[in-house]
Amino acid sequence: MTATALQHRLAETREAGRAALIGYLPAGFPDVESSIRVVEAMVEGGCDVIEVGLPYSDPMMDGPTIQRAADRALAAGTTTDDVFRVVEATAATGAAAVVMSYWNPIERYGAERFANALAKAGGAGVITPDLIPEEAEEWVAASTASGLDRVFLVAPSSTDRRLALTTRTCSGFVYAASLMGVTGTRTQVADTAAELVRRTREATRGSGLPVCVGLGISTGAQAAEVAAYADGVIVGAGFCQRILDAPDLETGLVAVRSFAQELAEGVRSGRT
Amino acid sequence: MSHDQPLPDPHGHYGRFGGRFAPEALIAALDEVTAEWEKAKQDPEYQAELAALLKDYTGRPSALSEARNFSEHCGGARVLLKREDLNHTGSHKINNVLGQALLTKRMGKTRVIAETGAGQHGVATATACALLGLECVIYMGEEDTRRQALNVARMRMLGAEVVPVTIGSRTLKDAINEAFRDWVANVDRTHYLFGTVAGPHPFPKLVRDLHFVVGQEAREQVLERVGRLPDAVAACVGGGSNAMAVFAAFIPDEDVALYGFEAGGEGARTTRTAASITAGSTGVFHGARTFVLQDEYGQTLPSHSISAGLDYPAVGPEHAYLADTGRATYEPITDAEAMEAFRLLCRTEGIIPAIESAHALAGARKLGERLGPDAVILVNLSGRGDKDVDTAAAYFGLVDPEGQA
Repeated sequence: MTATALQHRLAETREAGRAALIGYLPAGFPDVESSIRVVEAMVEGGCDVIEVGLPYSDPMMDGPTIQRAADRALAAGTTTDDVFRVVEATAATGAAAVVMSYWNPIERYGAERFANALAKAGGAGVITPDLIPEEAEEWVAASTASGLDRVFLVAPSSTDRRLALTTRTCSGFVYAASLMGVTGTRTQVADTAAELVRRTREATRGSGLPVCVGLGISTGAQAAEVAAYADGVIVGAGFCQRILDAPDLETGLVAVRSFAQELAEGVRSGRT
Repeated sequence: MSHDQPLPDPHGHYGRFGGRFAPEALIAALDEVTAEWEKAKQDPEYQAELAALLKDYTGRPSALSEARNFSEHCGGARVLLKREDLNHTGSHKINNVLGQALLTKRMGKTRVIAETGAGQHGVATATACALLGLECVIYMGEEDTRRQALNVARMRMLGAEVVPVTIGSRTLKDAINEAFRDWVANVDRTHYLFGTVAGPHPFPKLVRDLHFVVGQEAREQVLERVGRLPDAVAACVGGGSNAMAVFAAFIPDEDVALYGFEAGGEGARTTRTAASITAGSTGVFHGARTFVLQDEYGQTLPSHSISAGLDYPAVGPEHAYLADTGRATYEPITDAEAMEAFRLLCRTEGIIPAIESAHALAGARKLGERLGPDAVILVNLSGRGDKDVDTAAAYFGLVDPEGQA
């Protein structure tokens, strides 16, 4: 199997001796066309990988900021097909594009049909925050057939047995949830993050599967701190917040670009 | 006492339904609850403590009342009411709550969270936490806190913190989302005391097991009263806890027909409905594969029922399985049919039922017409209607616009 755009990009950043910057935005937030412009600003500011969120009515793992962003996207009429449009536009920027989605919208679309459509749009993989390997048989088959990476989550509460099981089922990278909680900004990086990355690396010894850290990272300094030990730094709520706070899209784009620059400097200073 | 049914499988599957569609961060906690419940079930000390609470605190066994006058409106069939409305706190919910609150203490946890729609499960949870000295936080949609202000006051009186949920549709499903968010952040010392037979494994099984006593008692009571098993068992279905409660003991009795009556709202073919088995499709919601009211992209559709306790866009996975295999039959009851049955039971039997339970009564009327006067129908009267007096008074125009009698 040939490497995906995601695997390529993470190999490049590893080669460059730094962590990758991974930015998240729900497709269709604040509307479909505008979300494409926000993604472009994120990439211009230095994001290596974009997680295109599929907005869902019941986002159990998300805090208030991303809930509000997803609500806005749904209110604007965003559908699964729009998500593929945003993925296509994301891939055109040169960044690697992956989708982040709760499981039901994928199951409803049809796992195989979803995987085919995403691959056709230039997407590299899917992150599934409420799908565990035990329930993923159909998704493993569909993602394999379409050549997509599948990213599962590990958490500070994961047992060693589960770390082994989950990382074995992952490709592209494994998403390490830095803390026990939902998405959103925090004043400091949880002290559980470094330990989880260490345990996850132990479980993946030999495979070299990249370990990227998300949840609660929202400043350049925090990005630098995590970049010291992780292969990628994932930021979501901070981007959404800047669009929510902006009086108009243009102002929001400026804020998003400069936030991405701050984070990009962070991931480059983490190991010096 | 045997709780065991052949299902679910070790991963919580009922055929193609159920399972665990939950964030990895919660898997350890779900495993802990699963293991602790298996241990508790075998532990005579736990069983004795629970049995004593059910007897001396809840008032079990609950009575079986023959509804002779109401039967005349059911094609003459004999209608027997399992009186869960007579339990402490006014519904079947207390059975599950006491069992899980004791389990919380066994796990060494000190804080309990729960969701509530109409407030029945919230009040029962607040009650058990007061009794057992547990910290208690109840999540309730802001819309529901407004509609059920009295139950909010009851929960606060019992020492619980009530958190209005202001995101999404601001009803039960959003309260469940918010409770899961709390749980993942505080799981070290917190148990999520789930209120129905839905959610990720082991909740559908755990809640069913703790309510098994309802059908077990009713089966013995009917045998003693009538000398044979009933022809049909009827219950209302939202998430489906009171229906599983009365169904479970009868599942092996193949000659006993099981009927679940869903909240049809303004009609199961309209968009104002909560009938997820009749009008929904297979999906994954709140941690399990089941029937869900959803659009073509898998976004959850808003549900409607005059009864807040049935106003939920999905159903427990075992009900999805029983519907799929044909072991149980599910039919919708409209708001209007439920309210007519509500009025009838008040007038003919002197019992004010919960509007939820009135759906089962309306279903029994249809069953009686079909089965005829020789039939025996067991109805789970899952709760009392004190909480619904405002809704019913407004519906029947029993108060003037200023609220004066």
